[in-house]
Amino acid sequence: MLELKNITKIFNAGTVNEKVALDDLTITLNEGDFVTVIGGNGAGKSTMLNAIAGTFPVDEGSIVIDGEDITKWPEHKRAKFIGRVFQDPMTGTAADMWIEENMALAKRRGKSRGLSWSIVQKDREKYREMLKRLDLGLEDRMSTKVGLLSGGQRQAITLLMASMNHPKLLLLDEHTAALDPKTAAKVLSITREIVESEQLTTLMITHNMKDALAHGNRLIMMNAGRIILDVSGEEKSKLTVEDLLAIFAKSGSDGAANDRMLLT
Amino acid sequence: MQGLLNAMPGAVAQGMIWGIMAIGVYITYKVLDVADLTVDGSMVTGMATCAMLMTSGWNVWPAMLVSMLVGMLCGLLTGLFHTLMGIPAILSGILTQLILWSVNLKIMGKANQALPARVYDVLISQMSRYRALVILFLFCVVLIAVLYWFFGTRYGAAVRATGNNEKMARAQGINTSTIKIVGLMLSNGVVALSGALLAQYKGSADINDGRGAIVIGLAAVIIGEVIVSKFPQNFVVRLLGVVLGGIVYYIVYQTVVFLGLDTDLLKMLSALVVAIFLAVPYLKTHYFGKKHHKKEVS
Repeated sequence: MLELKNITKIFNAGTVNEKVALDDLTITLNEGDFVTVIGGNGAGKSTMLNAIAGTFPVDEGSIVIDGEDITKWPEHKRAKFIGRVFQDPMTGTAADMWIEENMALAKRRGKSRGLSWSIVQKDREKYREMLKRLDLGLEDRMSTKVGLLSGGQRQAITLLMASMNHPKLLLLDEHTAALDPKTAAKVLSITREIVESEQLTTLMITHNMKDALAHGNRLIMMNAGRIILDVSGEEKSKLTVEDLLAIFAKSGSDGAANDRMLLT
Repeated sequence: MQGLLNAMPGAVAQGMIWGIMAIGVYITYKVLDVADLTVDGSMVTGMATCAMLMTSGWNVWPAMLVSMLVGMLCGLLTGLFHTLMGIPAILSGILTQLILWSVNLKIMGKANQALPARVYDVLISQMSRYRALVILFLFCVVLIAVLYWFFGTRYGAAVRATGNNEKMARAQGINTSTIKIVGLMLSNGVVALSGALLAQYKGSADINDGRGAIVIGLAAVIIGEVIVSKFPQNFVVRLLGVVLGGIVYYIVYQTVVFLGLDTDLLKMLSALVVAIFLAVPYLKTHYFGKKHHKKEVS
C-alpha cells in the first residue's frame, strides 16, 4: 500500500544547525492499517508525515503508494491519494469560507475543478448528512464561516474533508494536541469511527501513549529519524504504557522520555 | 460652487473607471492576499494598446479586448517571476512594472499618444459625460456579474481558498502556483481594461498616467469597505463598494482641487490617507485594543 524505502532527510545540511530528521527510514503499510506513531520531540514523526505528503522533497529514498512512485510528485498532486489533518486547527480549513464551501473544495481533491458551480443542492444534502454524523449541530450552520467555529469543530470538519473520496492514505499529525482533553477525546472518537467505517489506511501521530495503545492495529515508535519499534496485532494489544516507557529508556536517546511523554 | 457641480459628472465617470481598476486590485489584494504592484504598469499598457490600435484604424471593441489580453500577459509575467522563480510577490510586481515602462514607451513609440474623440469612434469621452456614465455603469454591472459567477465556480473557490489558506489549498490538491498566476492575470486584465476605458475618456494615453495607480486602487478598496460595512456582506456588495470607493475618491479629489489645493501634493496626500487606513487594524490592536486573553481552543 504505502512503501517508504530508505528515506533520508537532512535539514540545514552543511551548517552548524544540520539535523538528520529522517535516517534511512524504511516502512511498509498494508491496506487498512491504522498505525499510531509515538516518539519524543524531534524524533522525526512529523517529518515523516510531511515527507509522505510532499511538503518538502526528500534527500534520498523513494515513496510508493499502490505501486505508484510519488517521490517526485508535488504536494498538490499527492493530495489525490492523501487526506491530511494538522495539529493546528487553523491549518486544515479556509477560515473565511463557509463550512459547505470548505467541504466542496475537499470533494474535488485530486480531480479537475472546472467552471461549474462549486456547490449544487445534491452535494449540499450529502454534506448535511456527513455533518449530522458528527453530532455537533453543524448541519444547521452550513453557511457559517469556518473561522467562527471552535478548534474542535474545525478539526472535526477537517477530518470529514480529509476522509472524502476515500483517500488511499489518511495522515493525522497530532490532530488532537491543541484541543482541551474533553474535545480531544470527542475528536478522537470521531476519528476512530471514520477510519473504521471507511476502512482507511491511516498514520496517526500522538503524544499520548494511552491513545497510541488504545487505537489502531499497529504501533511504531520513532527516535532520531528511525523506527525503533514496530508492533501490530496481538503483540500490540498486550503492550502497556510501562512497556513503552521501558523501551524509550532503553533506546537511551536524547530526550526520548521527555517530560511531556511521561505526563501523558 | 457651480464649477464644482459641473465637474461632478466627470469626477463620477473617472471614479468609475478607477473603480473598475480597483476591482482588479481587489482580486489580488483581498481575494488572493498578494500585493501586486504590476498595476502601475499594466494600467498604462491597457491605455497605450487601446490608443495605438484605435489610431491605426481598429474598431473600439477588438481594441479593448486586445488591451485586456495584453494586460493579462503582464499579470502572467509577474506570476512567473513569483511562482517559477521564487521572487517575492511585491518585488515581482515592481520588476514587471519597470519592464512595462519600457514596453509602454515602445508600444506608443513616444511618451504619449492622443486619441481624440472628434477623430476616432470611441465608446466614452468627456464630450458626452452622461453617455459615458451610462456605459461605464453597464461595464461595472457586467464585470461584477462575471466575477461573481467566476468566484462561485469550483475553480473560483480554489482561488479564494488559495488566498485564504495556502497550506489547506495544497492539501486539497490545489496547485497554488497556477492559481496565483491565473489570479494575477485576471486582475491585470481588468486593470488594463480600465486603462483602455481611461485612454478613451481622456482622449490620450501618457506614460505617466499609471503612476501611483496601486495607491488609488487601494484607496478605493478601503473606502469601499467603509461604505458597505453596514450592509450584509457578500461578494457583489463588496465589489459594488469598491466601485463606489473609486467614485468617492474622485469626488474628494475634484473637491480639493476646486478648493485650490496644490495639485502637486495630491499623490502625497492620497498615499498618506491610504497609509493611515492600512495602519488602522494594527493601531487598534497594539495601542487601543482591549487586553487580549488567549482563548483556549475547544
